[in-house]
Amino acid sequence: MDEAPANGLHIAVLVKHVPDAQFDRHISGDDLTTVRSESILSELDEYALEAALQLVETHGGPASGHRITAITMGPAGAVAAVKKSLQIGADDGVHLTDEALGGSDASATSKALAALLRHVGPFDLILTGMASTDGETSLVPAQLAERLALPQVTFAASLDLTPGDDGWKLAARRDNDTFAETIEAPLPALVSVTDQINDPRYPNFKGIMAAKKKQIQVLSLTDIGLEPAEVGLEGSWTRVEAAAPRPPRTQGVLITDEGDAGIRLVDFLAGQKLL
Amino acid sequence: MTTVLVFLDHAGASLAKSERELLSLGATLGDVVVALAGEAEQAYLDGIGSYGVGEVYRPDSAEASDVLVAGKAVFLTEAVRASGAEILLLGNSYEMKEIAARVGVRLESGVITDVVALAGDLTATKADFAGSYSVDCRVTTGIAVLTIKPNSVEATEAGLPSPPREVRIPVEVPEAVARITGRTDKPVSGRPELAEARVIVAGGRGVDGNFGPLEDLADALGGAVGASRAATDAGWIEHSAQIGQTGKTVSPQLYISAGISGAIQQKAGMQTSKVIVAINKDADSPVFEIADFGIVGDLFTVLPQATEEIRKRGL
Ligand SMILES: Cc1cc2nc3c(=O)[nH]c(=O)nc-3n(C[C@H](O)[C@H](O)[C@H](O)COP(=O)(O)OP(=O)(O)OC[C@H]3O[C@@H](n4cnc5c(N)ncnc54)[C@H](O)[C@@H]3O)c2cc1C
Ligand SMILES: Cc1cc2nc3c(=O)[nH]c(=O)nc-3n(C[C@H](O)[C@H](O)[C@H](O)COP(=O)(O)OP(=O)(O)OC[C@H]3O[C@@H](n4cnc5c(N)ncnc54)[C@H](O)[C@@H]3O)c2cc1C
Repeated sequence: MDEAPANGLHIAVLVKHVPDAQFDRHISGDDLTTVRSESILSELDEYALEAALQLVETHGGPASGHRITAITMGPAGAVAAVKKSLQIGADDGVHLTDEALGGSDASATSKALAALLRHVGPFDLILTGMASTDGETSLVPAQLAERLALPQVTFAASLDLTPGDDGWKLAARRDNDTFAETIEAPLPALVSVTDQINDPRYPNFKGIMAAKKKQIQVLSLTDIGLEPAEVGLEGSWTRVEAAAPRPPRTQGVLITDEGDAGIRLVDFLAGQKLL
Repeated sequence: MTTVLVFLDHAGASLAKSERELLSLGATLGDVVVALAGEAEQAYLDGIGSYGVGEVYRPDSAEASDVLVAGKAVFLTEAVRASGAEILLLGNSYEMKEIAARVGVRLESGVITDVVALAGDLTATKADFAGSYSVDCRVTTGIAVLTIKPNSVEATEAGLPSPPREVRIPVEVPEAVARITGRTDKPVSGRPELAEARVIVAGGRGVDGNFGPLEDLADALGGAVGASRAATDAGWIEHSAQIGQTGKTVSPQLYISAGISGAIQQKAGMQTSKVIVAINKDADSPVFEIADFGIVGDLFTVLPQATEEIRKRGL
C-alpha cells in the first residue's frame, strides 16, 4: 500500500450488514452467532460513506479521477450493504464471502479485512464507522491500522484533506470526554468517523438507477490468500460461551400531572430512598 | 501467582473512581502492576501504591502520547512483555478500547470490550444489543485483554500511600502515525462525571434550549446533567453530555429523563440504570415503557416543583 495512484484518490469505505435495531435482535445456534434476518447497512457506516462523498465533491468530483469502493465482509445477504452504498453514491463494490468466515471475532474480522484491502487496493484512504451497530466493539478500525501499518485517525468528528507537493495531508478533530484533539496524518491512512461529522444523504431515484450498472466484485478466502483456519470460529482469539436475552424492563407507575406531579415525584424518590 | 497489568492513562491529581475500580478488580485476580502512559504527580503515584501496587511501568519518552493510539499501544505491549502479565485490564473509553485493540493484534491475544462482570476463571460478561442481551465470553488465545465498564465492580478501600518502584520502558513509535497537533480542554461543570454519577437528569428536544430546570434539579440531587442526541446536536449542551449508542452508556442509581422520547439509540445508553423516571408531554412516548415512574406532563412545571419540594424538605 505504498504507492498512491497518480490520478485521483481511491477511497475504500467499509460497510457492515447488521440486524436492524428497530426489531428485536437475537443470538442463536450452536455457534452463538447473530441472527441476520431484517438486516441493514449499519447506520454508523453511512457517515463514513457520506464523508467519502464529500471529500470527492470538495476535491473536484468524480471527473478528477477519484473513486469510492464500498467493501463488506459477510454472508450472501450482506451484499445488500454494498448495494445500498452504490445507490447512495459509491462507484463500485467488493463483497468478501466464505462459509469459513462465520463466527469471526474482531481479530479474525480485521485479519480478513486487512488481507482483502491489500488484495483490492492500494487505497489512499480507508474509511470506517466509529462502531458497528451490532457487535459495537470499535476494535476493527484500530486493528486494521495496526495490521496495515497505516496512520490511525479514529473517531474523527471533522475531516479535511489538503493536496501538497509530497502527497495529500489529512487533518481531523477528535473529541474526548474532557478535551478535544486536532490530528494530522499523511495518506494513505485509516480513518473512522463519528455521527457528529455530517448528515448522511439518502439514495435518490437517479442513484438507485445508476447503481444497477455498477460492478460488485465477489471474493472468497482463497482469492485473498487466507486459509479457512485463520478466520471464523477457529481463527478467533475469543469465544462466546453463553448468550441470553435479559429480562426486559417493565413499565412501572404512570401518572398524569394534575398540578402536583413534582411533589409526587419527590414522594416516589423518598420511598425508593433516592434522596 | 498471576500478574495482572492495569493500564492508566491521563493521570489526574488523584486516582479516579473508575481507576480505583480497575485496581480493586485486578487485586481479586492476582498481583497487580500498573502501566502509566501520561505524566503524573507524586501523590497520584503514591495513590497507586496504596492499592498494594509495587511496580509502575512508564514510557521513557513523551512521544508515545504525541501520536494517536499507536504510541500507547506500543508502550503497553512492551509493558506486558516486561511484566510477564497474563491479564491486562483497561477502562472502557473509546481510546482505551482502541489501545486494547492494537495490543491484542501485537500480542496475538483476544480482546473483550464492555465487560460488566468478570469471574475468577476469567469468563467475562457483557451487556449487548442496547442492553437487551447478556453474553458470556472468554479469551482463548494469548493473554486476556479486557476493557471494563465503570461501576461494574466495587472499589475497595486503599491502604497507606506509598511510592511504587518505577520501571522505564523504551518505546519505538511506528513510522506511519497520526500526530496530535493540538489539545483544547473542555469547560468543567463542577458536577459529577456522567459515568460515575449516582443521579443523572437528562434532557432532550423537549427542553427547547433551556437546561436551567434540569441543572437546578441535578444540583438539588447532587447529580450530573445528560442529554439526548437531539439536544446535543442542537448545540444546547456539550456533545460530551450525550447519552446513548454514540454517546455514553451510564447506569446510575437514578436516571431522570425529561423531554426525551426514548428512541432505541437513547435507551442503549441508559436502560441499565437502577431506577428510571420519565417526564414527557406525550403519554404514548416509548420512554414510558421502561420507566419505573412516569409522569405525563410539562417538564417546565414538573421539574421546578420537584426541585422546590426537595429544598423545602431540607433534603
Ligand atoms: C453482541 C456481540 C458482542 C461482541 N463482542 C466482542 C468482543 O468483545 N470481542 C471481539 O473480538 N469480538 C466481539 N464480537 C464479535 C464482533 O462483533 C465481530 O467480530 C465483528 O465481525 C467485528 O466487530 P464489530 O462488529 O464490533 O465491529 P466494530 O469494530 O465496532 O466496527 C467498526 C467499523 O468497522 C467496519 N467493519 C466491521 N466489521 C465489518 C464487516 N464485516 N464488513 C465491513 N466492514 C466492517 C465498519 O466500518 C464498522 O463501522 C461481538 C459480537 C456480538 C454480536
Ligand atoms: C446512528 C444513530 C445514532 C444515534 N445515537 C444516539 C445517542 O447516542 N443518543 C440519543 O439520545 N440519540 C441518538 N440517536 C438519535 C435518536 O434516534 C433520536 O433521534 C433521539 O434520541 C431523539 O431525541 P429526543 O428524544 O430528545 O427528541 P424527540 O424524539 O424529538 O423527542 C422529544 C420529546 O420531548 C417531548 N416534549 C416536548 N416538549 C416537552 C415538554 N415541555 N415537557 C415534556 N416533554 C416534552 C415530546 O413529547 C417528545 O417525546 C441516534 C440516531 C442514529 C441514527
